[in-house]
Amino acid sequence: MARMPAWRRYLRWFGPDPAADVNDELRFHLEAKVGDLIERGWEPEAARREAERQFGDFSAVQQEGERLGKEREHNLQRRDYWGGCAQDIRYALRTLRKDRSFTIVAVLILALGVAANTAVFSVVNTVLLRPLPFPDAQQLTWLASGKSLNAGLLKAAGLSGVTYTVSAYEEFRRHNHSYQSVTSYNPFFGNSEYTLTGLGEPEPVAGVMVAGNFFQTLGVQPALGRLFLPEECQKGGRPAVLLSDAFWRRQFAGDSTIVGQAITLSKQSVTVVGVLPSSFDFGSIFSPGLKIDVYVPAIMDNLRDWGNTLALVGRLKPGVSVAQAQAEADVLFPRLKAAHPEWEMDYSSTIIGLKDFVSGKLRRSLIVLWCAVGLILLIVCVNLSNLLVARATARSKEFAMRTALGAGRARLFRQLLTESLALSTAGALFGLGLTFAITAYLAHQASIALPLLNSVRVDAAALSWILLITVATTLLFGFVPGLKLSVGNIQDALKDSGQGMSVGSKYERLRSLMAISEVALACVLLMGAGLLLRSFLNVLDVDLGFQPSRAGAIKIDYDDGNSRTRRGAVLQEILRHIDSIPGVETAGIADMLPLGRNRSWSLAVKGKSYRKGEILAATARIVTPSYLSAMGMHLREGRDFTWRDSSKSQPVAIVNQSAARRFWPGEDPVGRILVVEGADTLVIGVISDVREDSLEIPAGPEMYLPETQADPEGAELVVRTKLPPEALASSVLKTLRSLNPGQPASEFRPLQTIIERSVSPRRFFVVLVTSFAAFGLALASLGIYGVISYSVTRQTQEIGIRMALGATAPQVQFGVIARALRLTLAGIALGIIGSFAAAKWIASLLFGTTPTDPATFGGIVLLLGAVALVAGYLPARRASRIDPTIALRSN
Amino acid sequence: MEKTQLELVRGTLDVLILKALVWGPRHGYAITSLIRRQTDEALLVEEGTLYPALWRLEGKGWVEAEWGLSENNRKAKFYRLTSDGRRQLRQETKAWNAYAAAVGKVLSARQPPLAEET
Repeated sequence: MARMPAWRRYLRWFGPDPAADVNDELRFHLEAKVGDLIERGWEPEAARREAERQFGDFSAVQQEGERLGKEREHNLQRRDYWGGCAQDIRYALRTLRKDRSFTIVAVLILALGVAANTAVFSVVNTVLLRPLPFPDAQQLTWLASGKSLNAGLLKAAGLSGVTYTVSAYEEFRRHNHSYQSVTSYNPFFGNSEYTLTGLGEPEPVAGVMVAGNFFQTLGVQPALGRLFLPEECQKGGRPAVLLSDAFWRRQFAGDSTIVGQAITLSKQSVTVVGVLPSSFDFGSIFSPGLKIDVYVPAIMDNLRDWGNTLALVGRLKPGVSVAQAQAEADVLFPRLKAAHPEWEMDYSSTIIGLKDFVSGKLRRSLIVLWCAVGLILLIVCVNLSNLLVARATARSKEFAMRTALGAGRARLFRQLLTESLALSTAGALFGLGLTFAITAYLAHQASIALPLLNSVRVDAAALSWILLITVATTLLFGFVPGLKLSVGNIQDALKDSGQGMSVGSKYERLRSLMAISEVALACVLLMGAGLLLRSFLNVLDVDLGFQPSRAGAIKIDYDDGNSRTRRGAVLQEILRHIDSIPGVETAGIADMLPLGRNRSWSLAVKGKSYRKGEILAATARIVTPSYLSAMGMHLREGRDFTWRDSSKSQPVAIVNQSAARRFWPGEDPVGRILVVEGADTLVIGVISDVREDSLEIPAGPEMYLPETQADPEGAELVVRTKLPPEALASSVLKTLRSLNPGQPASEFRPLQTIIERSVSPRRFFVVLVTSFAAFGLALASLGIYGVISYSVTRQTQEIGIRMALGATAPQVQFGVIARALRLTLAGIALGIIGSFAAAKWIASLLFGTTPTDPATFGGIVLLLGAVALVAGYLPARRASRIDPTIALRSN
Repeated sequence: MEKTQLELVRGTLDVLILKALVWGPRHGYAITSLIRRQTDEALLVEEGTLYPALWRLEGKGWVEAEWGLSENNRKAKFYRLTSDGRRQLRQETKAWNAYAAAVGKVLSARQPPLAEET
């Protein structure tokens, strides 16, 4: 075989062409054959025909050849590509290992950024994105009555303003056409608190009354046993109870034989009919932070006369939208009301998806959180890009050398991307570990009153999120150095001795831009965090209307035989014993504490006439004498209750200022008459408003009634002490036990914990956003430091010359620091513009501060300035210590 | 010319091609004529089977191809045996010899085998 001369290769200059190859090869074969035949004496024409005949189906062979050729070409390319990739990866790992400190910093930064993002995504995914943990959860809706009530009344009515009577529930259930099934539960959880006895110490048990079809409607199947039977939901039916998974494990050690056995709840023997699955957590959906131990059937006939007692949940028929259900309800409830003149309200309802009910209020906060971590990720990317550009600068000679040796731009670009991929993969893996830790931690934070928090976990969605982040960060921070590389000039780079030349300064401009954008992003983050933090402090600072310090509360159990007279005697006895405990200043009992449950009663003010249909309501709290002083509430006028206010004496009430303003504007309420539950009730005092629902919302009208004149729902003993409340816990419980051996071992909790609980969602967000902001600040300062420090290194010679010419150390330092400050100021200027927009957007999350709070803005600017000073000072000090003689000799 | 035309036993074409290339790089036409001449024209390799077989061998990496110039100075695709191909050829030759010997023993037998000792 003779070699083909180079000039005859022109046909394949534009890459391989398998089809032409096959054609050429086969044609050559035919011609060789024809040549042979002619040599043997054939006529040329006949020889050609004979050759073609012998060959057979030319085009079939040709096609086969093209197919095989393409396949081979393909394989070849793939092998080349992967071979190159393996080489890239090996090389990337080697260079990263060599530059250990860079690798550690980069991976750490990435891991934190990825972990923050994925953890927040897991929370967002659980609370906002993922459907509720029920089959066909999109069909479930929440119904809230009180659509026709005015805002003030709705607020005064509290939970009672959004709930239904048994009659309204049954009528709606019967007549609607939108729902497959409508169910209800009793959200006044005080009605269903029990004491478990017969198994060691009496235990407090939190229960909830649910309608017979509650679990069927939600689509929850028991893990063990069965759900309630219809007869168990009837008056006089056999008492039955379902256990929650957590309670079953805690109290019965997960013993499955408990099903079918009887347990004693508040002295009543009740049969355990089943255990619910661990995936069902009532509290996390309907009442965040509440742990429900047992479920009991709501006996509708017992609840019938109790007023608004039921919260409604419905499952829509397939294909029916929430809007359609709403339209039907808008027509149906007024018609039902017309048929039931005895109803106190028309129960016009607002219908929303159950998911919106659970997470609607958190949407804004979570999206803010999500954006905050998004910003963090952006800063991380910019920071890493910055670091990589710094490395690329240092390696520009290496790249120039490789280009000179024949590496294509695309190949070098790929090499850089491979490096950043290696980094981000390592970062993502570490981040994943961190994420698992964070989500596991969050899922066990029972004290944070956020819905669904217990089901936060790293799932497939979170994992794909990590993958997405990894790829995105790789592209983002790998791209810039690559871009920079492709505009670099080999000759310049090879000539450039590494410092003080054109390529270096080009990189530096880019790095300055990056540092500026880091500062700007961190500034936005800090402003947001600052405003939220300030709001949080403002919330903690509100006047509660009571003194939470040095007071504690415990749920108590007593037996009054449902007689108001007897109840007075029992409670007086309890308080007398508690008062005699050393260290106790005063004690009182109420059925509901502030910042917890509430219920409201409708009422009338004697001597005033109201328009038809106008309803007055106030939150009702049933208390003993000295409860107000035990809570540290402020009695502004009149007197407290005494034990002489008995079931037989004149009914009396104390109202709060808000009620006084609403019912008797501009008048003195003391001595006036309220009509409560049909009885003329004398107002004997006025107290300052107490935050009753949340620290952030001022109180609505409230009235306090004595335990001897109204029927309470449960009892909380409040003890004010001279000692730390914890110190009293055991003696209080011992005293209660001596009076009532059935007193459950409830927790004696400082009142402060009630406040902690109430602010826990806000604290949760503030802690997260603030730590993100701190991380962002650290990254931004690292960015500034990197740029300034590098420029000092680059200018060593120049600084040396200036010092040799007489510049003093302070002058040199000033120059360097001024440069750092210039970068920072540019970043702050950009950041403030962004902050204004961001602050407007989070305005609804703020409390007691404007979105443009000058103190916050000023503080953040100062903080950034100070950080920039530090970040600039370190390189500045190094610059001022440059020895001119050494600096000039180097290079 | 077509005195004793033999059908090619399935699977033997590959080994014939490999063997043809042992003597040095060759283009497709040269391979057919080599086989034809070496078998005294008993075996005729058809183009329709030769080329696909060659390309498949190339795909397996047993032969590699290069464009070069033929005896009469025309552009032709030359195939060369790779070391993998050489190894394959040795194996297949051994297997073929064993096979041919076994078949030969049976066909050339003059009496049935002795009864097996039990």
